[in-house]
Amino acid sequence: MEIKRIAKCGTFESNDIYVIVEPNSDGGVEINLESIVMKQFGEQIKKTIDETVKSFGIKSIKITAKDRGALDYTIKSRVETAIKRAL
Amino acid sequence: MINAALREIPEYIKGYGKVKPFEGAFKNINKAQKANVSLNCKSSNDDKVVSSIEEVLKKCGIRDGMTLSFHHHLRNGDYVLNMVMEEVARLGIKDIKVAASSIFPIHEPLVELIKSGVVTGIYTNYMSGPVAQAVSLGYLKYPAIMHTHGGRARAIESGDLHIDIAFIASPACDTYGNINGVEGRAACGSLGYAIPDAMYADRVVAITDNLLPYPLCPIEISQEYVDYIVAVEEIGDPKGIVSGTTKITKDPVGLKIAKLASSLIEESGLLKDGFSFQTGAGGTTLAVAAYVKEIMKRKNIKGSFAAGGITGYIVEMLEEGLFTSLFDVQCFDLKAVQSYRDNKNHQGMSASMYGNPHNKGAVVNMLDVMILGATEVDTDFNVNVTTGSDGFIMGGSGGHSDTAAGAKLSIVTTQLIKGRLPIVADRVTTVTTPGETIDAIVTERGIAINPKRKDLIEKLKGSKLPIMSIEELKNLAVKITGIPQRYENNGKIVGVVEYRDGTVIDVIRQVQ
Amino acid sequence: MKLRRSMLFIPGNNPGMIQNAGVLGADSIILDLEDAVAVTEKDSARILVRNAIKTLDFYNSEIVVRINPLSTDFGFEDIKEIAKVKPHALLIPKATEEDIKACDDILKRIEEYERFENNHIKLFPLIETAYGLENVYNIIKASDRVEGVLLGAEDLTADLGIKRTREGEEIFYARCKVASACRAFRVDAIDTPFTDLNDYDGFVEDIKKAKSIGMTGKAAINPRQIDTIHDVFAPSKEEIEYAKRVMKAQEDAKREGKGVFSLDGKMVDAPIIQRADTILEKAKLSGLL
Repeated sequence: MEIKRIAKCGTFESNDIYVIVEPNSDGGVEINLESIVMKQFGEQIKKTIDETVKSFGIKSIKITAKDRGALDYTIKSRVETAIKRAL
Repeated sequence: MINAALREIPEYIKGYGKVKPFEGAFKNINKAQKANVSLNCKSSNDDKVVSSIEEVLKKCGIRDGMTLSFHHHLRNGDYVLNMVMEEVARLGIKDIKVAASSIFPIHEPLVELIKSGVVTGIYTNYMSGPVAQAVSLGYLKYPAIMHTHGGRARAIESGDLHIDIAFIASPACDTYGNINGVEGRAACGSLGYAIPDAMYADRVVAITDNLLPYPLCPIEISQEYVDYIVAVEEIGDPKGIVSGTTKITKDPVGLKIAKLASSLIEESGLLKDGFSFQTGAGGTTLAVAAYVKEIMKRKNIKGSFAAGGITGYIVEMLEEGLFTSLFDVQCFDLKAVQSYRDNKNHQGMSASMYGNPHNKGAVVNMLDVMILGATEVDTDFNVNVTTGSDGFIMGGSGGHSDTAAGAKLSIVTTQLIKGRLPIVADRVTTVTTPGETIDAIVTERGIAINPKRKDLIEKLKGSKLPIMSIEELKNLAVKITGIPQRYENNGKIVGVVEYRDGTVIDVIRQVQ
Repeated sequence: MKLRRSMLFIPGNNPGMIQNAGVLGADSIILDLEDAVAVTEKDSARILVRNAIKTLDFYNSEIVVRINPLSTDFGFEDIKEIAKVKPHALLIPKATEEDIKACDDILKRIEEYERFENNHIKLFPLIETAYGLENVYNIIKASDRVEGVLLGAEDLTADLGIKRTREGEEIFYARCKVASACRAFRVDAIDTPFTDLNDYDGFVEDIKKAKSIGMTGKAAINPRQIDTIHDVFAPSKEEIEYAKRVMKAQEDAKREGKGVFSLDGKMVDAPIIQRADTILEKAKLSGLL
C-alpha cells in the first residue's frame, strides 16, 4: 500500500499520541518521535509504530509522533487510523 | 558502600564530607545532644528595628561562606528569600549556603546566584521549579542536602546544620520582635517551620510588612529569640501563600484509590474513638479524609486529633466534632488560617514537635494513620517523592519520612500507572522514605501490604479488598505499560538525601 | 443471573478514560461511539475501541459498545469492526424492530465467519423515540440476542416535544412501559441517566423512583454515580432478613411435609418465595451475604 497524502490522528491529551503520516520522498520508513517517556519507552514505541506500518505492507512513509504517555493499544490505533486516512 | 535501604552510596562525598550510611529507620534514636547557642544580649537601650536589609546584613556581620536560613510558610508567594539574597549578592558576598525549609518556583532568581557562585550550597526539605532543575543539572557547587521536616529540626538543634543568620518572614511583628502569622495581608497561620531556626541561629532577623506597636498578641515566636527587625513593603503575595481552597479530587481513579484506602483504614481496626489522622493537601489524600469522615459519622466515632499541614477540609472535621483538636505546623488555605487564629483547639506545633526523631517525643509518634503520596514505589516498599522518573528533583520528603516512621499505619496512595509509567517498579530512582516504615500501598488496581506487617495481614484475612503481593502489583502495572528500559546514571552527585536521623539514605545524580 | 445495576458510559475516543474504565466498579461499561464522538473522529474512535477491547482487561465489568445509528453511514461499519473482537453486547441507538433484525442478521454472519458460538454477541436496544417506545415489545421480541433495554429519556422527551424535569413525572409512562415489556421477556430494564452531577438528593430520588416502577438498573454518565446506583439497587437489610426467614420457613415446611405455610400470619406462596430467592441471589452478587 502507498501513502498518498498527509494525514493526522490523535490528540495532545495525556495517554494519547498525535501522529502525522506523509509520503516519504527518500523511501523507507522514517519515524520521528517525541515522548514524555522517551527514556523508558522510546524504543518500545518506535517498534510498535514500525510493526503497525509493516502490517499494512507499507514500504515508504514518514511518521511524526508526539507521545503523551499512550499505551501500545492507543499507539497502534492512532497509527492505523492515520495510515487509513492517508491511503 | 551499600546502606540499609540497599543503595550504593560513597563513603565520602566531596562538598558534603564523610557519609554516615542509613542503618535502618529505628537504629539511631536513643541518645541525642543539643547544640549550644551563642547570642548577643540586649539591654533596655537597644533598638531592634533596622532601616534596611543591607544594614541588617552588616549588623549581623555578613561574610562569605555563611549559612542563611528561611522558612517556607509563604510558599510560592514568598518574597523574603529573593529580597535578602539580592542584597547579599549586591554586597559582593560569595559562597552562601541557603537553608530554606522549602524552595518553590518563585525562588527562580536563586538560579543566577547559583551560577555566579553567590550561592554554593542548599539545605532544604522540598524543592520544585527552576532551582530544583538547576540543581539537577549540576549547577550548584556542592551537593544539595535534602532533609525531612523533622530531620531539619534535628539537624538545627544538634548543630549539624549551623545557621549564621535566620530570616523570619513575619506577617505580623512588633517593634521588639514578637511575631505571629495570623495577622496582616500576608497571614499564613502557623509558623511551625521557623521555630527551630529562631531558637538556634546565631542571629535572627524578622522581616515584616506589618510592623506593630509593642506588645503583639498573640505571640508565636517571641522577642527572646529575635535580634533585629526590618520593615519592608511586602513580604509576599497572598495569592501564592494560601492557594485558595484545597479541593477534593474529581478524578474517578483518584476517588477509587481514596475509597479503597478508607476501607483499609476501617478494616485495620484503628478507626475507633480516639482515632488520630494525617493527610497531605493533595486531591486524592483529601478524598481519603472525605471518605474517612463519612465512616466516622456513620459509626459515630469521635477522633482525637488530626495533624500536619492543615487544610480547610480538616478544619471542618474539627468543627463538626470529629476530632477534639488539631496540631498545625503549616496552614494550607485561608480557612485553616482563620481557624488557627480563632479556635483554641487548633494548636500550633514546631517542626521539632512535629517530627524530630531526636527530641523527647514528636507528634508523629502519636499518629494512628498517615496517608502519603508517591512518585515511585519499589518492591521493598521504598518510596520516592524526591525525583521524577526522569531524574530531575521535583519535591522531597517534607514530612513524608517522619510521619511514615511515626504512624501506626502509613498508607501510600498512588495511581498504579501515570502516563505509561508503572509507579510500582523493581527500583525507585531515589529512596526518600524506607520501605520498613511503609505499611500499605493502595492503588486503583490493588493493595499491597508490607509482609513485615503480619498482624495487619492476619487482620485482613477474609477481607474483600483487592489485596495482593507487591510483586503481583508490579506485574499488573508492567503488563499494561510494558517493561521500562533501564538506564544507569553515573553522573556526579548533585544531592544527598538525609534520613530524619541524619544518615544518608540515598544520593541524587546529575541528569545527563 | 448477572448483576446489571449500573451501565457506565465512557467516551470512545478518550484513551485515558478507556484504559481506566475497568477499575471503576461498574457492572457494565458502555464504550460510546455515538454522541461522545465527533463526526470527524468516528473512524479513529472505532479503531481505538476495537483495539481496547482486544487488549485491555476490564476486570469484572462487561463491555458493551454503543454504535452509531444504523440510519447513518457509520452504524454498519461500527458493527463490522467491533463484532470481530467479541464485545459482550452492542447498544443500538434509536432502535426499531427492523434495526434489531438487521443487527441480528449481520452478527450471525460475522459469528459464523469468525467461528464464534451462535448468539454470542448480545443486543441492547436504546429506546429513545415515541415510535420505539410504543413498539418496545416487538423490539425485544425481534432477536434472542436482546438482553435488556435502555431507556433514553433526553431524546425521548425531545421527540415528544416535552420538558425534561428533575422529578421525571413526564417519563413515568415510558418507565412503566419499558419495565413491563422487559419483565415479559425476562430481560433487564435499564433506566435513563441522571444528568445533574451536583444534585445528589435528586439523583437518589430518581433511582428510587425507577426501581419502584420495576427498572432493574441505571445508566451512569459519571463514575461517581456508580456507588450510589449500587446502594439503591442493593436489597435492603430488612428485605434480606425477610427473604432469609421465608427460605427458612419453606425448608421447615418441606421437612414437616406441609404444602402451604405461613410467616408472620401471612400465607407464603410461590411469588413470595420467588422474590425471596431473587433478593438473596442479588444480595450474594452484591457482596452483602
